[in-house]
Amino acid sequence: MRAAHFFWDASLNTPVFAPWADPDAKPLIRFQNVTKSFGDFTAIDDLTLDIFEREFFALLGPSGCGKTTMMRMLAGFEEPTQGRIELAGRDIAAVPPNKRAVNMMFQSYALFPHLSVWENIAFGLRREGKDKAAIAARVEDMLKLTRLQKFARRKPHQISGGQRQRVALARSLAKAPKLLLLDEPLGALDAKLREDTQFELMDIQEKTGTTFVIVTHDQEEAMTVASRIAVMDEGKIMQVDTPDRIYEVPNSVYVADFIGDVNILDGTLTANGENSFALHYAPDQAPITARSDRPFTDGQSAHLAIRPEKVAIHKEKPEGVDNLLSGEVLDIAYLGNLSTYHVRLPGGQVVKAQIANTRRLSRRDITWEDKVWISWTFTAGVLLDQ
Amino acid sequence: MRRAALIAVPYAWLLALFLVPFAIVFKMSLSDIAIAIPPYTPTLKDGLAEMIRAFDFENYVFLTEDDLYWKAYLSSLKIAAIATVLTLLVGYPMAYGMARAPEEWRPTLMMLVILPFWTSFLIRVYAWIGILSTEGFLNQFLLWTGLISAPLTILNTAAAVYIGIVYTYLPFMILPIYAALDRMDGSLIEAAEDLGCSRLSAFWLVTFPLSRGGVIAGCLLVFIPALGEFVIPSLLGGSGTLMIGKVLFEEFFNNRDWPVASAVAVILLLILIIPIVLFQLNQQKQAEADR
Ligand SMILES: Nc1ncnc2c1ncn2[C@@H]1O[C@H](COP(=O)(O)OP(=O)(O)OP(=O)(O)O)[C@@H](O)[C@H]1O
Ligand SMILES: [Mg+2]
Repeated sequence: MRAAHFFWDASLNTPVFAPWADPDAKPLIRFQNVTKSFGDFTAIDDLTLDIFEREFFALLGPSGCGKTTMMRMLAGFEEPTQGRIELAGRDIAAVPPNKRAVNMMFQSYALFPHLSVWENIAFGLRREGKDKAAIAARVEDMLKLTRLQKFARRKPHQISGGQRQRVALARSLAKAPKLLLLDEPLGALDAKLREDTQFELMDIQEKTGTTFVIVTHDQEEAMTVASRIAVMDEGKIMQVDTPDRIYEVPNSVYVADFIGDVNILDGTLTANGENSFALHYAPDQAPITARSDRPFTDGQSAHLAIRPEKVAIHKEKPEGVDNLLSGEVLDIAYLGNLSTYHVRLPGGQVVKAQIANTRRLSRRDITWEDKVWISWTFTAGVLLDQ
Repeated sequence: MRRAALIAVPYAWLLALFLVPFAIVFKMSLSDIAIAIPPYTPTLKDGLAEMIRAFDFENYVFLTEDDLYWKAYLSSLKIAAIATVLTLLVGYPMAYGMARAPEEWRPTLMMLVILPFWTSFLIRVYAWIGILSTEGFLNQFLLWTGLISAPLTILNTAAAVYIGIVYTYLPFMILPIYAALDRMDGSLIEAAEDLGCSRLSAFWLVTFPLSRGGVIAGCLLVFIPALGEFVIPSLLGGSGTLMIGKVLFEEFFNNRDWPVASAVAVILLLILIIPIVLFQLNQQKQAEADR
């Protein structure tokens, strides 16, 4: 059955996991028009979403947008005010938290202060009534995975914040549930350990086939681990898509702006060819041309979203480029491997161009207040109507 | 220097309000009864050397000879222990309910727990006589409902003493348990349920262990005063209830035998100190094991 969710990607010559593209695939989790209100405050607003088995699903969004609330509804600690949540095809409204094949790692960790690290991790296993040896073996595995062997006998108040986070992670992983909810699981770890743990999580996911729903504030993390990303805002899902599509083809200025760095140019559109439009972004400037599969009507106002790394910067006027604009260097941000040039256009808009620093700093020829040219191709940007 | 001054305050307090009175009582317990003011001999008037020479442990020996005393100690221990357990059984659910009540209700509930302290303790115990006596409200009510046909004898039995102690000391049980439960992070229960606990097992595995400090504090706060309780057994327990507090009172005021009364008090203190010290040692050991 599972093979049905894999499609052949000719360009990569490998099967691609994409059950969401398969109309026959049954989702593991289905949110159907779910609304959750606290008093007169709506935390989740008419949300519909499918998450499939074996997915690594990332929830991204600003603080307070309802990520934790969604997880708490899945774990059984909040009931939807309206709508229905299905797990493997069954409405789970009546199923209490302890009967759900779901484990959650709490944002606050919620470690039991009276139990040692070892006992915290063993807690869920003991409830299953497994025999002692099996529990001990499993706990050892979890301790090794999260590199906590040395701290097994300590109480939660005797370890550091990052170690506590790892205990919480180990505790939620221990039962190997069908669905794992991780609420910011790696936020307190240093970069190295975080990266290692990310790969461990992906490894576990591959080995056990567990479905992961993960909340993170780290876009890079979401990009690295997720099969799909949902970008949320104020209780609504703005876009659900694969990481590359979220980045390359955002469906709104909000999503484009939330993920990574982006230039937005506002203007009105006129069609100038098949799937091609001219964006009039300043009265006395030649329009920018951009491709779009999405239809627009003449005179419609729109936004062009273009990533800084897709904008090229030149000292001399280049030949044969699709879109060419002139401007003046306002600022240069040096990021080590990259430099970002802030270029002011005659109309006052600022466009960022990002260049890899392949040459040493002293050899670079563009500096502050230089007159420069910037260019990009027809397909580099995305036209958005909202 | 400043640290020493800071530590000096509680030590001075302990010295003035505990050690000095204890020393006086202990000194009295080594004396002999006399028809004088104060009613014992020797006193400092006889000179220090003479006084110390005349001290003996006669009164303690006397306590072992008359079985009234050890029976009273044992009976007090039994009554205090049972009353403490009963108070815990009544107080824990109340504290739990308070800690789970909506935020805006809690000050009111707390007020209700403390409210009885606003009337005199003695009056409240007398009120219980009015409730529990054969012609009391309780019996009248039960007769009226037809649940019983003849009035129950509650007053002047052990049951009345338990009711009195539970009623009087309930706030001392509720408040520390409530404080412990209130401090507890609610997401711990959710985590326990998430890991497969039912409501009940989450209570026994998480809530109760985390409130253990409050339970122990509450039990000590009830057990210690209940052990030496005098008013409740005298007023509600009648002549059949033997408690060391009553014996102590009678030695002091009816027999005017201050030395024997002092010896009774010193032994009572020792009985109380043992569990407290054991508890402290246990706490220390646990803290060390944690480290
Ligand atoms: N029990 C509650 N009562 C009232 N409002 C609540 C409650 N729980 C959550 N909210 C509100 O619902 C909104 C969403 O909360 P939620 O915890 O889901 O945010 P989040 O996306 O997880 O944020 P963060 O990234 O900061 O963790 C917030 O505005 C929050 O104040
Ligand atoms: Mg959250």
